[in-house]
Amino acid sequence: MILARVVGTVVATRKDPRLEGKTLLVLKPVSPEGKDEAGYVVAVDTVGAGYRERVIAVSGSSARMAEGCKDVPVDTAIVGIVDDVSLD
Amino acid sequence: MQLGRVVGCVWATVKNASLEGYRLLLVQPLAADLRDTGKRLVCTDWTGAGAGETIYWVRGREASIAFFPDQPASDATIVGIVDSVHCAATKSKPARRQAERH
Repeated sequence: MILARVVGTVVATRKDPRLEGKTLLVLKPVSPEGKDEAGYVVAVDTVGAGYRERVIAVSGSSARMAEGCKDVPVDTAIVGIVDDVSLD
Repeated sequence: MQLGRVVGCVWATVKNASLEGYRLLLVQPLAADLRDTGKRLVCTDWTGAGAGETIYWVRGREASIAFFPDQPASDATIVGIVDSVHCAATKSKPARRQAERH
């Protein structure tokens, strides 16, 4: 899983019927210290994450294992909202 | 599977139901010579690994199969704690668990 920050939303009228009702958010990967990393990714939200919140995103076919994403054409899903990251 | 070192811990109260009850640890991937390589990532933990320990982890769909018959939404899981690595490129010893913290 990667750490990422919610930086935007995606609105799509025409989409796979199995994606209807799902929230699509734009994520920016971040380091554990909170610094931005390269690239962006669009993810399905399963936890109700909000703008600028730090989240955990799972990618690949494991994203379909998330509750609410079974048999949905998804390759990145938000599966947690980060409270804190402790570095040793 | 890849080598890695536990470098931290992630706390998340709001989680997808499939991840409920799983520990999430921060892992720094390691090369064969046990030097850091690549970006740190969040892993579910199957082993009970502790801070600073050298471990190995799987990525992809197999990461959730580690918890079979449960299938958590995880794409990286710690599946073993490394005792030793014998490899021409490996000179340093794997890091052991740091003293328990509170």
